[in-house]
Amino acid sequence: MLQIENLKLILDGKPIIDDLSLHVEKEEILAVLGVNGTGKTTLAYLIMGVNYLPDDGKIIFEGKDITKYSISQRAKMGITLAWQEPARFEGLSIREYLGLGNRLKMEEIEDYLWAVGLPPSQFLNRSVDASLSGGERKRVELASVLAMKPKLAILDEVDSGIDVVSLPHIVNGIVKMKSLGSSVLLITHSEDAVEIADKVSVMCAGKIYKTGQPKEMCQWFKQNCQVCGHIVPG
Amino acid sequence: MITIKEEYQEIVEAYGKAGGSKKALESREVASLVVHENRVLRANQAEGISVKWEQLEKGVRVKLTVEEGKKIKYPVHLCFGMLPQEGLQEIVLKVNVQDGGEVNIIAHCIFPNAVNIIHKMDADIKIGSNAKFKYHETHYHGDSGGITVIPKAKVEVGEKSTYHNTFSLIEGCVGTLDFNYEVFCGEKSVTELVAKVYGKKEDDIKISEKANLNGREARSLIKSRLVLRDRAKAVVIGETYGNAPLARGHVDCTEIVDGEEAIAKAIPVVSVTNKEAKVTHEAAIGSIDKKQMQTLMARGLDREEAVKVIVKGILK
Repeated sequence: MLQIENLKLILDGKPIIDDLSLHVEKEEILAVLGVNGTGKTTLAYLIMGVNYLPDDGKIIFEGKDITKYSISQRAKMGITLAWQEPARFEGLSIREYLGLGNRLKMEEIEDYLWAVGLPPSQFLNRSVDASLSGGERKRVELASVLAMKPKLAILDEVDSGIDVVSLPHIVNGIVKMKSLGSSVLLITHSEDAVEIADKVSVMCAGKIYKTGQPKEMCQWFKQNCQVCGHIVPG
Repeated sequence: MITIKEEYQEIVEAYGKAGGSKKALESREVASLVVHENRVLRANQAEGISVKWEQLEKGVRVKLTVEEGKKIKYPVHLCFGMLPQEGLQEIVLKVNVQDGGEVNIIAHCIFPNAVNIIHKMDADIKIGSNAKFKYHETHYHGDSGGITVIPKAKVEVGEKSTYHNTFSLIEGCVGTLDFNYEVFCGEKSVTELVAKVYGKKEDDIKISEKANLNGREARSLIKSRLVLRDRAKAVVIGETYGNAPLARGHVDCTEIVDGEEAIAKAIPVVSVTNKEAKVTHEAAIGSIDKKQMQTLMARGLDREEAVKVIVKGILK
């Protein structure tokens, strides 16, 4: 479904994404695991068409080269992104936010809120603004991605900064996404979150170093990456 | 020659288009007043509230009194407007909410055909103690921008009373707006002034709101939300003076510029003359937030649709 081939992004003379290749299959959860500063969010932005265009390489989605497509074009093809720090919107209710670009029945919107552990009666009419806690906002973001029924959801650290009570709801949301037919690119630095992945790719210094089964990759990650202190090379 | 009935029907029709409730306006249980130019076309009293008026040469003097301890069940509906393209309308409004009184007023000011109109409102509002006064004013202008709107008010908020005022001008062109409200806040009172304006074309907007926190533990919020496009310009002055112990005030201004030639300016003035008072402010002026845009576009909206969603939310 998604093929990234030899992607490269250089900023201020430094390779942020360095000859990176990866594949996400249909209805697959691929976790990208890496410590802070390895270029995971930049990778998410490149796939969604946010802020940067790559210096080299290709992003192929369902056989089409989308490397130079705009955000809207990619979204209309079925790609979406849940931000690590989602934007806040004054005056936009959660009901409206989940219905953006879709004609959803109320029951569907309620289902998506339940899937991330937010009771609709308490949340439907609240605004997607600063009155939501960080964890609530992230869950609303995940519900809005669910509501879009994407072919590919890029989830950028949707589990970071989440309390232990909320984390299972986030995980539920991701599992539901897969059960509804979406592919998921799960960007994370948490070993707990990768348990639900079908495959895990370990990323360091703008490269994918290794791809394999979650347990095997977590072990490898612990033994190698968390002590390497490796950040994007200068 | 147009009859009063036809004149009334026309203004009520415009009132409905501007979002007003025609049903409420015509209900016998609801206090209401319909003013076209300098003529009162309909007035209805309700229990606990008296609405008196006097015709002026170019407008109307209205005296609205909520009796002591009376909580008015249904919102009072006011409709001020002018259907011709030109003219002057002056509204002199005197409001007295007596101790323990409670009232919610929904006012619509409609000028759908304005080409050269001046609409002035001079309000003197007294809110007694333990009273509640809520005033929501919505303007509906045509697209020519040929109107000058000058609302001015002096408001006294009594002990333990609440005063909420919302001014909304988002339909049609603003024209020239010179909005000037000053509130004197008594002990343990709560004041909230909200202004929402959408400036377009050559609109020239000035909003000046002042809260004097004179009573112990008085609280106020001055909140303004403006969106400017084309060549519209705006200056927003939000002033709060903490003059009493434990008084708390906040000024919150957001102006979004969505046009190469639009100009936005915010001048928050915060001052304390009592060491136990605290007044804060925040102002954000700039273009539409990039991350908000990207988020909405990642949900499948194109740029124009995303701008509409953001603007609608801010002015909601």
